[in-house]
Amino acid sequence: MAMPVSGVPTETPATQAPDLGSGRTLGRFGRAVRLNRKATVGSVLLLIFILIALFPGVIAHDSPTQDAYTPQLGVSTAHLLGTNHYGQDLFAQLVYGTRNVLIIAFVVGLATTTIAVLIGVAAAYLGGLADSSLNVLTDVLLVIPIFPLLIVIAAYAHGGTTLVLIAAITLTSWSYTARQLRSQALTLRRRDFLEAARVRGERSLYIIVVELIPTMTSLLVASFLTNALYAVLFASSLQFIGLGDPNTVSWGTTLYWAQNNAALQTGQPLWAIAPGACIAVLGAAFALLNYAFDEIGNPALRPVRKVRQRKGTEQRAGK
Amino acid sequence: MLEVSGLTVDYILDQGNVRAVDDVSFTVGRGEFLGIVGESGCGKSTLLFAAAQLLAPPATVAAGTVTFDGTNLVGLTDDQLCAMRWRDMSVVMQSAMNALNPVTSIGAQFKDAMRAHGKFTSEEIAARSAEVLKMVGIDPVHLRSYPHQLSGGMRQRSMIAMAMLFTPDLIIMDEPTSALDVVAQRSLMVQIKELQLEFGFAVIFVTHDMSLISHFSDRLMVMYAGQVAEIGATKKIFDRPLHPYTQGLLEAFPSIRGPRVPLKGIPGNPPDLSRVPAGCRFRPRCPYAIEKCAVIAPDLYPHDGTLVRCLRREDGSLAS
Amino acid sequence: MRYALRRLGFFVLTLWIALTINFLLPRLMPGNPALAMLSRFHGQLSPSALNALEIQFGVNTHESLLSQYVSYLHGIFTGNFGLSLSEYPTPVTSVIGSAIWWTLGLVGIATVLAFGLGTFLGIVSAWRRGSKLDSIVPPTFVITSAIPYFWIAMVLVLIFGLTLHWFPSQGGYYVTTDSPGLNLTFFQDVVNHAFLPAISLLIATIGTWILTMRNTMITTLAEDYVRMARAKGLSSRRIMFDYAARNAILPNLTGFAMSLGFVVSGAILIEYVFNYPGVGYMLLQAVSGEDYPLMQGLFLLITVAVLFAILVADVLTAILDPRTRAES
Repeated sequence: MAMPVSGVPTETPATQAPDLGSGRTLGRFGRAVRLNRKATVGSVLLLIFILIALFPGVIAHDSPTQDAYTPQLGVSTAHLLGTNHYGQDLFAQLVYGTRNVLIIAFVVGLATTTIAVLIGVAAAYLGGLADSSLNVLTDVLLVIPIFPLLIVIAAYAHGGTTLVLIAAITLTSWSYTARQLRSQALTLRRRDFLEAARVRGERSLYIIVVELIPTMTSLLVASFLTNALYAVLFASSLQFIGLGDPNTVSWGTTLYWAQNNAALQTGQPLWAIAPGACIAVLGAAFALLNYAFDEIGNPALRPVRKVRQRKGTEQRAGK
Repeated sequence: MLEVSGLTVDYILDQGNVRAVDDVSFTVGRGEFLGIVGESGCGKSTLLFAAAQLLAPPATVAAGTVTFDGTNLVGLTDDQLCAMRWRDMSVVMQSAMNALNPVTSIGAQFKDAMRAHGKFTSEEIAARSAEVLKMVGIDPVHLRSYPHQLSGGMRQRSMIAMAMLFTPDLIIMDEPTSALDVVAQRSLMVQIKELQLEFGFAVIFVTHDMSLISHFSDRLMVMYAGQVAEIGATKKIFDRPLHPYTQGLLEAFPSIRGPRVPLKGIPGNPPDLSRVPAGCRFRPRCPYAIEKCAVIAPDLYPHDGTLVRCLRREDGSLAS
Repeated sequence: MRYALRRLGFFVLTLWIALTINFLLPRLMPGNPALAMLSRFHGQLSPSALNALEIQFGVNTHESLLSQYVSYLHGIFTGNFGLSLSEYPTPVTSVIGSAIWWTLGLVGIATVLAFGLGTFLGIVSAWRRGSKLDSIVPPTFVITSAIPYFWIAMVLVLIFGLTLHWFPSQGGYYVTTDSPGLNLTFFQDVVNHAFLPAISLLIATIGTWILTMRNTMITTLAEDYVRMARAKGLSSRRIMFDYAARNAILPNLTGFAMSLGFVVSGAILIEYVFNYPGVGYMLLQAVSGEDYPLMQGLFLLITVAVLFAILVADVLTAILDPRTRAES
């Protein structure tokens, strides 16, 4: 006989469970991406890079490593970005290098976010001593400057393969995300829909995986994007200073060879500028997507249409 | 003293405008205590902020006037309103924890308000601040305290003290007691009423708690779905609620002394203001609705000194 | 007070962990890098220096790990970081000393400018939401914050250094013609040489300040106490700074400290591109020269500097936000 009753003071609607259906969430994201201009630009750029990475041969007709051409050629239709000091086609290098960069970005992004979820959410949910010790670990790793640490690690490893890069970056950069996820998990933990699950008798693991994590989707996506962005920046920086594998084809290594050959000073500016520009554009794509998701998740940040107040008396007719 | 006429407030949103306040009119005389009651989401807080010209985007005044002491406030800039603010009209908000600047002391916030409206010496400011705090029963030593160091009740009362710095003609209060427990609520209300009687300022008091307001207000305005449902003298409305919604509200809480009656709630939910139904907005939940209620949207109809928005009161088909 | 002690404790803890990482890394890495270093410099070192290095890096030594650790820590606290291998036999501390002022000047000034300017722009941008300023600012700086630092440096070198010849593109001063010291030409040249690196650092880092300040401002502006300040009739400027910015900047301060790590990374790369004789450039030289003592010393210096700055930011937050001072 319980009909919803009004007229008595009502609770604020925080007791409603958030929209958890994954199908609906995806649809919501899709619509949001299309509507938000920044997200559209970001996704298009990212898509282009992914396509280039998957099908490099279609776009660049030369091999990136073959030094068969006349060195230091300028821009031409045969060589869209000219050739470098060794006679390699620069455009081909950049196109083939995309794959290495994107692999690093996605693997590190995924791995870092996963570690961060495990540690952050576990800390929030377990509480007590486990929480405190995980917190200390996270905070310590957070304040130790990452790049110098990476340099030291890579130095001892005498420059590593891409795998070493991925491992090193992943192990050092999960802490910021872990902190963010932990604090969101803490806020959500007290919400009623989790309490309801607990009362239903669900086990903690079930609650964490099935109820809690899906509600943090937007933060997870944002974390993935941020970590991917920083992976690209860190990895290419390390390659740039010679601590990557100089023989892999990647944007950072191209920069390394450019710097080694004083490309800027010897009149081959494109060799140095072009790979950097690629990194910048990919970085911009990630950053735009991230910013857009910020706005999607937090409506208060969305662009505001400036509203002009009506001046003077505006009597409504009748009534 | 305050005349609100045809006030309409829209929220400009991406998916279309939502009319949160629809053509609301009322007056407040000097020293009068007007209570505004309604459910969450009925637009009462929005109405209040609109009247005080404190709306923030995406909310905007779409139509109507707010005449205070002869001047229309709608359309004036913040700078133009500055002279009137706090001296003639002040505001008390719902949660003092959120309404007080957390990083400055209470005294500093009092000083802010005073400095903004005249040249006072430090002694004058200190003296007046201490004076208003004593009025609400707080030891002036707390001028040095930060908001988080005071209890909830003390915070609310210090907000009221701050509102009284210039003994304004009108104090607008947005659910100032909602964040307190019942005992503190009552004592705060008593204090407000005492201050009002002593200093003679008018009060507009917004709340969802009908029982609380009934003992203190002179006139009562019941809001539903952005419109005025009923407005008139408090006693009259309580003795004979005219609008079915008001009746439902009054029947929803038990009388502590009366006979035991089964509690009746109002079934259903308030309408979605982005898709307002045709005809009377209360019709889906009204036990007395007839066919024409779904077609004609009623105007306010005077009935023995009270204004009520109900077709059946208008044509007299509903017996009281 | 308790808060300050807690932060100090954290500082000490993190410092200790950084020291330990520094100690363990060469021992943990596969391929025994320290051995490679020793064999490279073998002929140039005195036997006692060689022995000290072996203990420092845990090579060929009969001492237990624990006693190595103890002598390592002892060395740190007595200021003995060993001798630099590339500048043998100069102690690491003096080698670092020559470079540290360059970096402090460059990074210090650029960061303070970036933070100040960035925070201010963020405040104004949030205050004037919906205006033209606000529609340009966020997307622009979202993009600049994703651009690799060294690329900005390269572009500036190319345009202003090599093409337009407005500023020198290498070094900290004219090594061949200047005599370092208190003379005007030296100062002018130092400023000239520092200009492009400083601008690179500024452009690279300002985006984060602007964006985070803007975002926290927007959330703060929606708070009730800002509406209350409007109700009180306070001037816009007063509301913007005393009520909104004062609260909005608090999370920014912690963020500022946190991102110092990135500022340092940026400085390293920018110094590399400009061959600017600072600590970052020196670190990279040490890496390529396998001068591990110097490298370790520099790493510790950078870490300590960042940790210290974070401690200062924490104390500042406590001063500005009375809620953190509350003993709960």
